[in-house]
Amino acid sequence: MEFAEFIKIPMVDGVIMKRPFEGQVEGTLCVTGHHLILSSRKDQREELWLLHSAVDSIEKKLSGSGGSLYLRCKDFGVVQLDIPSADDCISVSSSVEQLSNIDDMTLKYPFFYRANFEVMEDGWQAFLPETEFGRSKECSDEWRLSYVNKDFQVCSSYPQALIVPKLVDDETVAKAATFRQYGRFPVLSYYHKDSKAVIMRSSQPLTGQNGRRCKEDEKLLNAVLGIGRRGYIVDTRAQSVAKMAQAKGGGYEPEAHYSQWRRIHQPVERRQAFHDSLIKLMEATSDGGASMDKWLSKLESSNWLTHVKDILTCACVVAQCVDKEGATVLVHGSEGLDTTLQVTSIAQLILDHDCRTVTGFEALVEREWIQAGHPFRSRCSKSAYAITKQRQESPIFLLFLDSVWQIWQQFPCSFEFNENFLVLLFQHAYSSQYGTFLCNNEKERAGHHLTTRTVSLWSFINRPEILQQYLNPMYDPNPSVIWPSVAPQSLSLWSGLYLRCQVNQKPEEEAWAEITKIREFDKELKAKVTKLRRQLASMEKEALSAGAVLPSTLD
Amino acid sequence: MRRKMGNVLDVQSLPDDALVKKVENVKLMDRFNARKPVVGTLYLTTTHLIFVDNAGKRETWILHMHMGNVEKMPITTGGSPIQIRCKNFMSIIFVIPRERDCHDIFTSLQELSRPANIEKLYAFHFLVSDNTTKSYGWDLYDIQTEYLRMGVPNENWSLTSLNKEYELCDTYPSLMYVPACAATPVLVGSSKFRSRGRLPVLSYLHRENQAGITRCSQPLAGFSARCVEDEQMLQAILRANPKSKYMYVVDTRPKINAMANKAAGKGYENENFYSNIKFQFLGIENIHVMRSSLQKLLDVCELKNPSMNSFLSGLESCNWLKHIKAMMETSAFIAHAITEGTSVLIHCSDGWDRRAQTSSLASLMLDPYYRTIQGFQALIEKEWLSFGHKFTDRCGFLDTVDAKEVSPIFTQFLEGTWQMTQQFPCAFQFNERFLLTIHDHAYSCQFGTFIGNCEKDRLDLRLNERTYSLWGYLAKHMNEYINPLFKKEYEISHPVLIPNTRPQCIKFWKGMYNRFENGIHPREHVQDILSAAKDHSSSLEDHVRLLEKRVTQICKLLGKSDETIQRKLQGFLSMESLDGFLAGHIDELTLKIAEANHNDIESKDADLSGNHVKSDSESGFDESSSQMSRSGFDDGYAMDSSLLQRSPSSETLSLDQLLMELKTVAVEWRSFRNVHNCSCATPFDHYVKKEFSLKFHCWKCGEVFCTRCIARYIPLPGHYSRRPVPVCKPCYRQVRHSPSMEFPTS
Repeated sequence: MEFAEFIKIPMVDGVIMKRPFEGQVEGTLCVTGHHLILSSRKDQREELWLLHSAVDSIEKKLSGSGGSLYLRCKDFGVVQLDIPSADDCISVSSSVEQLSNIDDMTLKYPFFYRANFEVMEDGWQAFLPETEFGRSKECSDEWRLSYVNKDFQVCSSYPQALIVPKLVDDETVAKAATFRQYGRFPVLSYYHKDSKAVIMRSSQPLTGQNGRRCKEDEKLLNAVLGIGRRGYIVDTRAQSVAKMAQAKGGGYEPEAHYSQWRRIHQPVERRQAFHDSLIKLMEATSDGGASMDKWLSKLESSNWLTHVKDILTCACVVAQCVDKEGATVLVHGSEGLDTTLQVTSIAQLILDHDCRTVTGFEALVEREWIQAGHPFRSRCSKSAYAITKQRQESPIFLLFLDSVWQIWQQFPCSFEFNENFLVLLFQHAYSSQYGTFLCNNEKERAGHHLTTRTVSLWSFINRPEILQQYLNPMYDPNPSVIWPSVAPQSLSLWSGLYLRCQVNQKPEEEAWAEITKIREFDKELKAKVTKLRRQLASMEKEALSAGAVLPSTLD
Repeated sequence: MRRKMGNVLDVQSLPDDALVKKVENVKLMDRFNARKPVVGTLYLTTTHLIFVDNAGKRETWILHMHMGNVEKMPITTGGSPIQIRCKNFMSIIFVIPRERDCHDIFTSLQELSRPANIEKLYAFHFLVSDNTTKSYGWDLYDIQTEYLRMGVPNENWSLTSLNKEYELCDTYPSLMYVPACAATPVLVGSSKFRSRGRLPVLSYLHRENQAGITRCSQPLAGFSARCVEDEQMLQAILRANPKSKYMYVVDTRPKINAMANKAAGKGYENENFYSNIKFQFLGIENIHVMRSSLQKLLDVCELKNPSMNSFLSGLESCNWLKHIKAMMETSAFIAHAITEGTSVLIHCSDGWDRRAQTSSLASLMLDPYYRTIQGFQALIEKEWLSFGHKFTDRCGFLDTVDAKEVSPIFTQFLEGTWQMTQQFPCAFQFNERFLLTIHDHAYSCQFGTFIGNCEKDRLDLRLNERTYSLWGYLAKHMNEYINPLFKKEYEISHPVLIPNTRPQCIKFWKGMYNRFENGIHPREHVQDILSAAKDHSSSLEDHVRLLEKRVTQICKLLGKSDETIQRKLQGFLSMESLDGFLAGHIDELTLKIAEANHNDIESKDADLSGNHVKSDSESGFDESSSQMSRSGFDDGYAMDSSLLQRSPSSETLSLDQLLMELKTVAVEWRSFRNVHNCSCATPFDHYVKKEFSLKFHCWKCGEVFCTRCIARYIPLPGHYSRRPVPVCKPCYRQVRHSPSMEFPTS
């Protein structure tokens, strides 16, 4: 771990920092192994403390003897640094450039970060598959925890413990896995207590052009339904795309072999399209001087809101099958790592009020994203501004959070957490001192011993003093299923995230502070009335016997 | 048990002459659910078209005056469809079984929705059922008070009575404020040089830096004409702001339009003749462009299952948001100039459309007073009504109005205000509902406020004697329009608010243009919940004061020390047991609502409505359908004040009285969630007459009711202040007949 060779210049004096909606600060800039730090020396509060890994792109403009650096962050923040000397400017720029692109997992900051707080509840242990399965006892008649994937032998992107139908043994499961891309066989994702229907997810079946079939896969799926019941397979690809996949060895479940299942194609775009879309969106938002026409046409052509609408629509279809028809649903696209997870997790958010609590949402992210093998490391290594060659990057998780935000907007009282909570998860997914979003899957995480060598984000968030900032003052638990509207008029651009650098968020923050005040005051008064009423009652006897109060003339 | 609903009674109890036609088996088409039309009866009255579904639950009222466009569509197998598009952006299709009926309704609506004569407007025969006098509200705004608030008249600006009889300019108010140094010949000369005599006069004066917004119409400059008096007039305006060396003349039109006007002998000022003046053209399009833009916007709003891209491209090509942005940018430019201490003279063509928009929006940015309910009304009175925005023409009240005169100028101003409320959620005292209500009544002609094209028209029509004022109505319903997030400190901390006019910040106002599409709006209304929370807090605060008084009182009677009293008030319980008479009731009281909230909603509702049926029949309460049923406030107050006298200090407490005090204040209020109908079965639904779709709490039992079921105000024994507060009917009777009310302790 030789960071020193990357650090061309450790310290620069007289640097002026400019950030949108904040006054400029002059101070000393320090380049350390993981951070870019600016200290004003006078006022402690005005410090910049930026992880190199949070920087998406760095641009330098030299003018005269000095130069300016424009840091665009993965969370869409922007920092401008004016450096008096051009040489220093170039040195800082190339240092940050290299430091922010270190790919070696063991050099990532979470491995160096030590919690500066007492870990009350270890986030690494909070959402183990065993405990999560134990929480829903209702489904234990038909489902069981299987360790068929012990040591990640069957599927490298699945966790070791998975939930499969009770009637199917591990051997069948292992065979079925060979018929699914990357071995991602159908597993339980969600059990809906009200209708006893379930959501399952997998990757595409490897039918190929010759129409290969697999008895074990069919057995596994039919075991879920039981005799005479029907289920739905929601394919997140258009029919034509699914057909084309056959040429590459993939495919879909033909009716002939899965007679109890009805296939619905509810297309959602793929990951490269999402990435391009985000780049266009952010390009459009940064152009504040644009005309109305230009902005609207750029927003339209970015297709971002179309993607959000598609994901929500698909999730609603799944939720409808489960809730309205009581039918079991299997969701998959091609690899089952991206859109599949968006759809299954949003569907759960619609169906299950527990997912709308802080802990429930954390559990959802753990189960459906981290443990389910969404490759965070590949998808979130770059954001909207960097030029990348790997083409693995894609804002899949961000689109999920955006979809959550849309529902949150339509049901502002049904979520325990606030908008900032979603922004926080977005930031940490892209760059973090915590280990939670590191690596692509459980196998990699085990290899790096993340649970012992890094701190979990949940350990940090779940402390009462931190959690306080992320609670929604309007929350009023809502046990119902909530159906979001997907009409274009109902979906808006998440201004608190994409327009953070264009629109001052202060008035909005003030409004939320006022909301909290109103709600807290009301709660306090309620408590006070209850206390006083009890006080009055407690004096009743004494007052009566002393004759201070006349006895009741009623009954 | 199905009960004849109050709403149905309304329709059936219409006076005989009010009902024009009744058609049964009419289908109401739902745009988002075309397969499931609602079947019911259509009533055509002299004022409304009313649709009542067969279950008698849902009523849709459409005011004839609101109908913008009535169209017969091609006959289908199900009958003859008729489409009604309203000025409040409701769009509705009825399918009428027989062609003849459809035709009758169609021709009747054609006539009724656009009277030929101004005297036939709804306001002239609209009567409220309570005894509110028509004069109420007409005197809430006074032009002299408003200018006095801005510190005018002063040494630089004075009041002129030249227009007392509207002789100088018939579309201006009779009282005008002009530069003190401008002599009468200058004023008269300038007036003659301006289109329709609309000379430059003061519209707003910024108290701190004495920069003022003045207004006028375009000069009759043509290609070469000049007018010395007009040039002197502008110099007088410049001198009225002694600290500034120059001023702006803002022409809100695109320069090309202004040039085209030159050919007609109008146009813009020749810069060579006016010194120390900077001329600015700030392209806002004319009324015709706005009219067609709105039509295109509405087409976009009515798309069936649009994709995201077709919606966005529709929004782009209708240009509506572009016009809103231009209006806001121009207003921001003016506001900015004023804060810099530079006076601004605004004109467009006639100075009653774009100019009204921009100067009123700029005022809204500059002056926190206009962001209050009272101030906003004053702003509309000053900028729009007194300076002659042609409401009769622009809103198309009459059949005689040229369709080319109709334009959504006022709507755009309200939208500009809304855009600002979106950017500064704590800065405005009023909420979205306030803006929507003003918008609706600008078109409804139910009140006289917006009738006529200028002050002179309104005076000639004697509107303040013959019709009601909208401001009076709003004053009575004030609590529905309060923004719970309003922070008064904003006045001082943010006196000037310049909105962000980046295109990303200008939003589509679905609450206006798509307001009747129930499905697309947020399902939980933060503002309403917060308003309820504030009311609830205010009830509890009042109750706490009484409880503290009682605790102190009893302690004193028991001879406890001050220290003990303080401890008791802090809520430290001693070890005394809680098994007495009150204690039992307290637990019961606290539990009741908490349980109710968790209980199955339906059973609770059934139970409730059962209660209400009984008590309604007992009282024989007349369910008046008046729009002003909330105005029970005044009667209630007057009637009950006799019972209000607080008992003298030497009162004797009884357990019964204490219990009464506890029982009359609900600690828990029922959550609005999952309450879909009032106990009288009125659905809380947008399509119904909108004032019934609001939810209110009874301050005594904490349950949720519609406005008609909560139309009573009474002081509660559990409140220290004994101010009248809203309660439901059964609670009203209970409180009214309670011993503590009947026998004020002597």
